[in-house]
Amino acid sequence: MKRFLITLTILGACLFFVGCSDVNSHSRGVYLLMDTSGTYKNELKKACSIIYYLLGTLKPGDSLGVARIDTGSFSEKDIVAKKTFDNRPSVSNQQKRLFKDRVDKFVASVKGSPYTDISGGILQAVEYLNETGAGEKYILIFSDLKEDLRKGYIRNFDIEMPRVHVVALNVTKLRSDNIDPREYMNRLEYWQKRAQDGGATWRVVNDLERLDTILADR
Amino acid sequence: MSTAELLTIVPGSPVLSGLILFIIALLMLYLARAPSHRAIRSVGSILHSAMRIASRSVLRGEQYLVERNREVLLAAGREAVERSIEREFQRVDAVVKRDLSAYPALQLKLSEQITLIDEDYRESTELPPPSPAWVGAVKAVANIQPQGDGTVADILMEIQESTEKQYKKAMNDYRDSMGVRHALLKKMMPHWRKLAETLYKVGKNITGLQERAKVIDRRMDEYEQIRAGSVRAQQTLTSSSMTQFVISGFVLLIAFGGAVINFNLIALPMSEMVGGASYIGRYPMASVAAMVIILLEVSMGLYLMESIRITNLFPIIGSMDDRMRRKMIWITFAILLVLACVESSLAFMREQIAADMEALRHTLTTSETIQPVNSWIPTVGQMVMGFILPFALTFVAIPLESFVNASRTVGGVVAAAALRWMAFMFRLLGNTAKYLSEFLVNVYDVLIFPPLYIERLAFHRTAEEQIHPQEGGL
Repeated sequence: MKRFLITLTILGACLFFVGCSDVNSHSRGVYLLMDTSGTYKNELKKACSIIYYLLGTLKPGDSLGVARIDTGSFSEKDIVAKKTFDNRPSVSNQQKRLFKDRVDKFVASVKGSPYTDISGGILQAVEYLNETGAGEKYILIFSDLKEDLRKGYIRNFDIEMPRVHVVALNVTKLRSDNIDPREYMNRLEYWQKRAQDGGATWRVVNDLERLDTILADR
Repeated sequence: MSTAELLTIVPGSPVLSGLILFIIALLMLYLARAPSHRAIRSVGSILHSAMRIASRSVLRGEQYLVERNREVLLAAGREAVERSIEREFQRVDAVVKRDLSAYPALQLKLSEQITLIDEDYRESTELPPPSPAWVGAVKAVANIQPQGDGTVADILMEIQESTEKQYKKAMNDYRDSMGVRHALLKKMMPHWRKLAETLYKVGKNITGLQERAKVIDRRMDEYEQIRAGSVRAQQTLTSSSMTQFVISGFVLLIAFGGAVINFNLIALPMSEMVGGASYIGRYPMASVAAMVIILLEVSMGLYLMESIRITNLFPIIGSMDDRMRRKMIWITFAILLVLACVESSLAFMREQIAADMEALRHTLTTSETIQPVNSWIPTVGQMVMGFILPFALTFVAIPLESFVNASRTVGGVVAAAALRWMAFMFRLLGNTAKYLSEFLVNVYDVLIFPPLYIERLAFHRTAEEQIHPQEGGL
């Protein structure tokens, strides 16, 4: 009888802990796309400050990927750095230092691309974020959102990105936008529609002084 | 067909339709007046009775609870006084063991001193031997007048000289003897002092015992009053419980603050041990682990306090045999010590991680590399806190026991008050339902006042006809 009670207690404790263990992932996955085309290349220093902010904010277990947007962005070659940080804070800090070094090197040596394939970059981002299994997924697009595809590249299809938060950062106004601001509005509307059609949420953050709003849940 | 169309009796004239409907409704209500009144009154009566029964049941429950509270209060008070009396007896026992166990030795010492004083006194009372008897005879001869005889005069002169010589010698002997007696009396002084000192000590111990006896008497009076269940004893105990509840609650709050600080001290380094990305429910594993460690420390503290018999939350520990209890003291203390060391090292690790994070943040915000402030004070401070807090949390057991004991009384008083309030509310609702039903009956009559008015007129006429039939006939 005593043994039975002990076994029952142990089983109960096991069930309790199994019941308590959370199946949802609490980690965050962030993928930053940096536009390197044309004059936007000069804005990369601002992108660096965003990356530094993310490195300081993300916790052990979170994932961060940084990739460039160039002529054909749906490629692993365009990933500058990616890392799922270790669970231990000390190791995670080391990884963040290495990440920073890699990004710094890239920014120092980056060359402008003739075309801008934002859709390809987003596809790559969705793929990476799904692989990480993060609970909260963010795609940050640091670009003027002016897509300029090379002839033959097909990107006019829906991109499935359920429960992903898409945040457009530093969407600068082009010279043509100043002549006809509707172009700017249309551009934003187009990307918002594409994101929402794919099941994602959409936000625009142009004030880089308030970086804390980037990863704020809606 | 809509409701409006259904209610239209005269097409094209809604006012007329409404009027007809109103009259029909009035008639219906008039016809249903008596059963409606009965229905409304019976609903009020049902509610009134149900509420009264509920109120009575709740009041009975409240009385039972008050009685139970009284028993709990008296039992707790009895236990507390018993403990207090036991402690007083232990103190008396300690005094008796400490001071009066040495009483035979003390008595021997006293009797030795008394003997010495006695001997000295005896010696001091010894007088020099009296002058020999012939001295009187010689004195008498010396007093004879010479009457001219030279020989006799010479003899008498000789006798006088010899007597004076004898006198001087006796005086010297007396002085010497007095000196010796004074010396003996002087020698007695330290013995007297010592004796007085010893007696003072004995007196003091006896006074201490008398004071303890007075305290025990007071406690016994309290105990008797509690046993008799007097109102005064109940009031005193209730007031004491309330005070205990507030004070222990306040101390527990302070302890909770200590636990929170402790938690913050070890939660971050715990993520280094159990990982920062694991979760139990909605809570990070590191936080849960830190909380478990703190709870373990509190539990160990409870067991330690129980083993030392300072608290009495687990009677099974208190009733263990002394050898087992002593083993338990050492085991719990050892576990606490280990946990304190673990916390201390975690606090050290926390400082390291915090410094590393700060350095990383600095690297991310500025390109300059700065030298970290190399101060050992925060590290040592955190380590000391990490070591001391587990032991400090041990003492939570004392206010916790007081809180648990006091909360039984306070909870009982609050529950009784809540039940009284509930009973009052039930009665209030019952009475409200009763008078509301009367009010509704009156409102019903107000609604159908035209037919009632007609009925009264008709009734009045019939009554008048019955009283004065001839007038009606005329």
